[in-house]
Amino acid sequence: MPDQLLYAIEVSLNGLMAGVLYALVALGFVLIFKASGIFNFAQGVMALFAALTLVGIMDGQVPFAHLMNTVFGTDIHGFGWQVPALAAIVLTALVMVLFAILVQRFIFRHLVNQEPIILFMATIGLAYFLEGVGDLMWGSEIRTLDVGLPQGINETIDRVTFDAFGYGFFIDNLDIAATVVAALLVTALVVFSQYTKQGRALRAVADDHQAALSVGISLNYIWILVWSIAGFVALVAGIMWGAKSGVQFSLSLIALKALPVLMLGGFTSIPGAIVGGLIIGMGEKLFEFFVGPLVGGATENWFAYVLALIVLVFRPQGLFGERIIERV
Amino acid sequence: MIYREAGDFKTSYVADSQTFPIRMDRRAYWAALAVAFLVIPFVINDYWLNAVFLPFLIYAIAALGLNILTGYCGQVSLGTGGFMAVGAYACYKLMTAFPDINITLHVIAAGAITAGVGVLFGLPSLRIKGFYLAVATLAAQFFLVWLFNRVPWFYNYSASGQISAPERTVLGVPITGAATDAWATYLFCLVFVVASAWIARNLTRGSVGRTWMAIRDMDIAAEIIGVSPLRAKLSAFAVSSFFIGIAGALFFAVYLGAVEVGSAFGIDKSFLVLFMVIIGGLGSILGSFLGAGFMVLLPVFLTNVLRDGLGWPTTLVAHLELVIVGALIIGFLIAEPHGLAALWRTTKEKLRSWPFPY
Repeated sequence: MPDQLLYAIEVSLNGLMAGVLYALVALGFVLIFKASGIFNFAQGVMALFAALTLVGIMDGQVPFAHLMNTVFGTDIHGFGWQVPALAAIVLTALVMVLFAILVQRFIFRHLVNQEPIILFMATIGLAYFLEGVGDLMWGSEIRTLDVGLPQGINETIDRVTFDAFGYGFFIDNLDIAATVVAALLVTALVVFSQYTKQGRALRAVADDHQAALSVGISLNYIWILVWSIAGFVALVAGIMWGAKSGVQFSLSLIALKALPVLMLGGFTSIPGAIVGGLIIGMGEKLFEFFVGPLVGGATENWFAYVLALIVLVFRPQGLFGERIIERV
Repeated sequence: MIYREAGDFKTSYVADSQTFPIRMDRRAYWAALAVAFLVIPFVINDYWLNAVFLPFLIYAIAALGLNILTGYCGQVSLGTGGFMAVGAYACYKLMTAFPDINITLHVIAAGAITAGVGVLFGLPSLRIKGFYLAVATLAAQFFLVWLFNRVPWFYNYSASGQISAPERTVLGVPITGAATDAWATYLFCLVFVVASAWIARNLTRGSVGRTWMAIRDMDIAAEIIGVSPLRAKLSAFAVSSFFIGIAGALFFAVYLGAVEVGSAFGIDKSFLVLFMVIIGGLGSILGSFLGAGFMVLLPVFLTNVLRDGLGWPTTLVAHLELVIVGALIIGFLIAEPHGLAALWRTTKEKLRSWPFPY
């Protein structure tokens, strides 16, 4: 096989792996949007916050240490212990549940029945707030996150492909782990929403708020539940991205990458989020590979958006979205 | 008591349909203009100019532009930063290509070019609505910033990739470049602000503005009663981008002087201007000014109090600023989703009957 083609296959495989991570963030968006009609811009910052919290807990950091030292003149740095990864993940998940309760209690309960644009603006405000709180709590340095996921080149794939084609594919173990985790997460979500009482209630709310209310489903509870799940999805996405490129501010920018994924797949479709993520992850890597060198590179910044824009012009509801019916 | 229309009789249609029908409003308006033109230029210094007045004036123009698109025509746009970049780079190319022409014309031409680009990116709005459109305008944001970063023709092949404004004068007084006077740049921007506000106000209360509002309130119904969505939406994109382009040109040429596109016109700018519009009040000219003033003054205030007053480290203040801005936005949305302009409207109602409300 010609080298160019092999490179292209390798690039698209890596793109698919990146797409899985986009899809993970997009999944959080879709869950909240379906259940409450809120377009949650803060999803990316939630991933950042979850990852920061996880690292902070693992390293035994004292929250708000910097602020307290400045205001009270104390000199606190850390508890001086290390928390094992699994326990820290559970603790972080609890923090995200607490976050969901607070968000619901102090923000969205007061904004029920507002126009969608107002809710959207509130989530942008929330994104700023959470980013600031995350930095105040845990500091803003770049941190490395290691929860024991395998890293580095996958030797088996390298050897097998080398034997077959005479060219070894470079595929990171971490990406494979991320794919497996993402698949498990999606399966768990599907099982949860199809076979449990809460899942059924959640689907009912997504279908029709008022009908769900009238059969005795507590909207407040469901919304807290949804925000908790989204927080958990954000945690998983945060762990994956954090292990890949360190826990830093740029982590919150993956939210911006997830937006075109959503547009492509449709705001209300979970399969859409996954397929959209894969298409965009693969498309942008291939585009950068073939066209990027001709136009100066860094096309990844905008390719996803332009692709989504073009698709939307032909299918305004995205690939998998519900058909938009408008009446006067 | 303070704010009443009793005794203010109108004797002609012109008087009845003026922008400020209440005498006190008119007087306040003229007084504000008089202070802005006749007092501030004599007392202004460089700190106030660069920290408060120039950003306020320039963001006010940008907020006016976005308010026309989002507040009046209902098309949410997150591409403001990208369109400001178009204005800035158009102004730069014109300034360097035609050095003999007055800079005022360059700024206006930059606005016109941005209007063209805005119409181009507004085309999808005919098919895409709501959040889909908001995300689609992000395509403009990222694509335009990338374009100005990567295509050397736009920054005249300069080694640093930056653009910097050469010195230009208006009536013999330098406006751009290194040696400018505070009062001159202030007045230059002020003239643009007043002209923009005047145009925006009269457009939005005329027939064009009504078609925009019809589209905003329900586009299908508007189409049925004979409003052309094509014309209304694209004209809103054009006018809005025109103002945003002028704001971008002034931001680059007069305020910053030298610009690197990624840091000056990134997505943060888009959100900043959107916050101004939301906090100030969607669909209100006054709101654009209030919002711009609020978002410009808040960081200045926080920096002065926390960093200079209490001596806190800069990073901590920066993080706290994020928290406070975020909390304020949420608080505002909960307390008054229609922004400062609506707050002012309620205050006016109360003032009319104050101090004997019953």
